[in-house]
Amino acid sequence: MIWTLTVAIVLVLVLWGFYVSWRATRLDRLHNRVESARTALDLALVRRSSEAYELVSSGVLDPATSLLLTDAVRRAKEAKPDERDLAESDLTRALRAAFGQPEFRPSLAAEGGAGGGAAELVAEVEAAAHQVYLARKFYNDVAGRTLDARRRPLARVFRLAGNAPAPEFFEMDDALAETDTRA
Amino acid sequence: MRIGIACPYSWDVPGGVQQHIRDLAEALIGLGHDVSVIAPADEDRPLPTYVVPAGKAVPVPYNGSVARLAFGPLSANRVRRWLRDGAFDVLHAHEPTVPSLSLLACWAATGPIVATVHTSMPRSRVLLAAQPVLRTALEKIDGRIAVSESARTTLVEHLGDDAVLIPNGVTTRRYRHAAPLDGWPGEGGVIGFLGRMDEPRKGLAVLLKAFAILAPERPGLRLLIAGRGDADEWRQKLPASIRDRAVFLGETSEAEKVRFLHSVDVFCSPNTGGESFGIVTAEAMAAGLPIVASDIDAFREVLRGGRAGELFVTGDAADLARAAGALLDDPARRAELSVAALDAVAGYDWGVVARDVLSVYQTVVLGRAAVVGVA
Repeated sequence: MIWTLTVAIVLVLVLWGFYVSWRATRLDRLHNRVESARTALDLALVRRSSEAYELVSSGVLDPATSLLLTDAVRRAKEAKPDERDLAESDLTRALRAAFGQPEFRPSLAAEGGAGGGAAELVAEVEAAAHQVYLARKFYNDVAGRTLDARRRPLARVFRLAGNAPAPEFFEMDDALAETDTRA
Repeated sequence: MRIGIACPYSWDVPGGVQQHIRDLAEALIGLGHDVSVIAPADEDRPLPTYVVPAGKAVPVPYNGSVARLAFGPLSANRVRRWLRDGAFDVLHAHEPTVPSLSLLACWAATGPIVATVHTSMPRSRVLLAAQPVLRTALEKIDGRIAVSESARTTLVEHLGDDAVLIPNGVTTRRYRHAAPLDGWPGEGGVIGFLGRMDEPRKGLAVLLKAFAILAPERPGLRLLIAGRGDADEWRQKLPASIRDRAVFLGETSEAEKVRFLHSVDVFCSPNTGGESFGIVTAEAMAAGLPIVASDIDAFREVLRGGRAGELFVTGDAADLARAAGALLDDPARRAELSVAALDAVAGYDWGVVARDVLSVYQTVVLGRAAVVGVA
């Protein structure tokens, strides 16, 4: 009798152990995904900055617009980690203001020349900005799911997350399109 | 001369640079010159005839804050057209390092260019000055003017360019006449103070102490105080018996300010330091007020070493009480100082300052046959 009971308890413990370890693995996997999503977001932001800088240095914009964007790009690049969201949002707003100026698009056609260079450079910035939008969406999505998983009682009691830092949402204004809310 | 002035900030929005440009333009027109100002402005609103609107300014993050600026191809085209139509003898660009009309004008123009720097540049903007876009524009400038010593210092230290120091002027006629505020100045005498109460260097504390000395002997004497700050907190600093004889107006509009100046018998500038010129004191002088001011460099200069106003030992309430009391008791002396103040402040009038600016124009035009054109 005692023997059967012991076997049953051991069996339950083993199964439960498997379950806990499975939860831990899942949490670990989530943390890994957070990290790779964050890397993707960082890369997307850097790419957007460098596309914007390329547009500015090409000389197709008027000097006031290029000074404005140069300032925003430099601030985004030099921002401290805790000010990055603000600086990147400012870059979005500067780009939105610049691209939204009356006669901005027609003037590109005039500047573009045979290769259509100016319009192409602007399209590159817009594509990079869209990628920022996607990368941030994906990152916040997995960050949210990871935070949920970390909050489960089991994960808290057994400290399944180990030393992995809790991910933070990355909030910023990344809407470059005209239809989005204005700053 | 035909003078084209470029303003980087919205004409519709109040601001120091816009005010400076308006006063300068009107003074130059008064001297018989042809002036055209291009500024971001709403075309539907009435504008002075000398202002050419360059479209609406757009709020945009720049240099760590949000500024309303005009940029983009439309603004650039309007600046070009303005330069072409104006055929100016000289282009005067204000704050050319701000990404707006002044920069666009410097960029597009050929020929004599004068630039005025108003603010001392933060380091971040100095770094930007290395940008090719700005460097090209700044290198085209023939004559630089700084409105303050700190603005000049940034130019010299960071950009290696020197500038002539020409401070803001006072439009003296705006202060000369006004109706006093209702019920003022009355019979017993009024001492006036204008300035931010919460800025200790404005020296309100010294004046209140002096008032506490003067008030008991002069039952009708009142204190009229204009400027931002916590009135209740300051009122508590006066002895209870004379508390109701200090009246706080709070922040005043431009028009109220002039009426305030005409509501007092003696104007007090008790600053303990920090003033480079003392524009408020100069405005009170333009209203023809006898002045009692602390003996700091800025006031000693504008008051001609005490001949155009009484000076007292800086920070010394007893000495202020002595000087103000003597003036309050002596109407003849007050009238004398009023005349002397009007005479002294005439030297700071925009009409005079505009002549200084004009001589900068004339210098850069020297030996150049060309007028301002479009690159």
